Amino acid sequence: MSAQDEQRELRIVGFLCNWCSYGGADTAGVARFIQPTDLRIIRVPCSGRIDPLFIVRALLNGADGVLVSGCHPRDCHYAEGNFYARRRLEMLKRFLPITGIDERRFEYTWVSASEGQRWQHVVTEFTRRIHELGPAPFFNPVSEEEWAKLALDGAARGASCACHG
Amino acid sequence: MSGEVSQLEELKAAIRGQLDSLDCVIGWEQGYDPLHATPLFIRSEADLERLTISPLAVHNPATYTTGFKGKKIGLVVRGCHSRSVIELLNEKLIERDEVVLFGLCCDGVVSQRKIRAALPADPGFVEAVELGKDELHITVAGEQATLKLQEVLADKCLHCAYPDPLVADVLIGEKHAPRQAASPACQDAFEALGNEEKLAFWQDTMSRCIRCYACRNVCPMCVCQDHCIATSRDHLWMSQENTPVENFMFQMIHVSHLTGRCTECGECERACPVDIPLMLLRRYMNKQVREVFGHQAGIALDKTPPLLTFQVEEARIKERDW
Repeated sequence: MSAQDEQRELRIVGFLCNWCSYGGADTAGVARFIQPTDLRIIRVPCSGRIDPLFIVRALLNGADGVLVSGCHPRDCHYAEGNFYARRRLEMLKRFLPITGIDERRFEYTWVSASEGQRWQHVVTEFTRRIHELGPAPFFNPVSEEEWAKLALDGAARGASCACHG
Repeated sequence: MSGEVSQLEELKAAIRGQLDSLDCVIGWEQGYDPLHATPLFIRSEADLERLTISPLAVHNPATYTTGFKGKKIGLVVRGCHSRSVIELLNEKLIERDEVVLFGLCCDGVVSQRKIRAALPADPGFVEAVELGKDELHITVAGEQATLKLQEVLADKCLHCAYPDPLVADVLIGEKHAPRQAASPACQDAFEALGNEEKLAFWQDTMSRCIRCYACRNVCPMCVCQDHCIATSRDHLWMSQENTPVENFMFQMIHVSHLTGRCTECGECERACPVDIPLMLLRRYMNKQVREVFGHQAGIALDKTPPLLTFQVEEARIKERDW
């Protein structure tokens, strides 16, 4: 992708189920479809294996985006893993806004092993979206000065937060 | 306050009648000073005399139930506490025939945080507290301060939709007219902020967290005990570092494990020694669960928590749109 060649590569983590999406990504590779290279794939047995906290951990550890892909509903190798996954991932997606993490940095979708074309579309679209958002902000302060500022601000505010009780 | 005195006597009589058949009844007694209550574990008639049900008695007794598994216990519960009990029953973490519920129709409990803020100086040790009908007379260092009860009620009580126990074997007090739940103004204000402001808020707030795990220990729904992933030695989940990001990760674990289970008893926020507004996360998440699954934890028996089940076609999840 010429547009993305010029930009710094970002860190996108992909959790792909072994039976469908990992195969789909393989199909796309075998067919030599051109794809952006920002995505690091982690293969999991099933989308139902994915604890939403995997995604939270990845985002807090500095991933710029997280993509989850599994078998289409009704196609799960283990019959119902992705049904549970859908509920969990949807709740995670809805949870992120309150934390201040941009919910667009996380997406989940379904790609089957034969859908090389669709995989190319998903990965290109998602990478484009993350590039539009840019690198994710660090949660921890990055410099000594910022750490000091955090401590001083906290001390100035005092023990209590006025907005709750 | 005569109404409360007669309610207390009624409650005591009800407990006395069942004390022999129960291993323990959990209620409240006065704590280290007259302003603070502490949980009371009643095992004898003598213990029963110390029981109190004033608005100062805030703790959620449902937190202790899983530790008494296999024994038969009694619980004195307010509306929100009964929701926790229902959720525990629905998840089969406790058995219905192992708990006897003494329900109190509740008019709200106080927030120690608001009392502290309303008193002219840090109270330290309070000498005496007298409860009027709508007022609280607190004597500190020989001086009396009068606080309006309504002004020091906990946030959860101001917006409570379930003041009466939803399940009880003995019900004490008068039932309230149905109420509508509302979210506090600070919740809506916070949700309206942009991502950057929210992130900055949590960075700042989480730098205050000392990771004492009080929020977890006091949570009636946190039942993993020694198996909590936050304190496991598995460093892939969390490290021992006390940095904002690790502290926030811990809260994410807590919220994530409470999805569709949190009964909004507010204990986490009450127990927090550094005043982190944890209910912002909980209330928001519960709202999402209501929107997507139409589910509210702990309001009806025999309901499955939404994440332990599924529908082949989800009515309100549109994940195939892109």
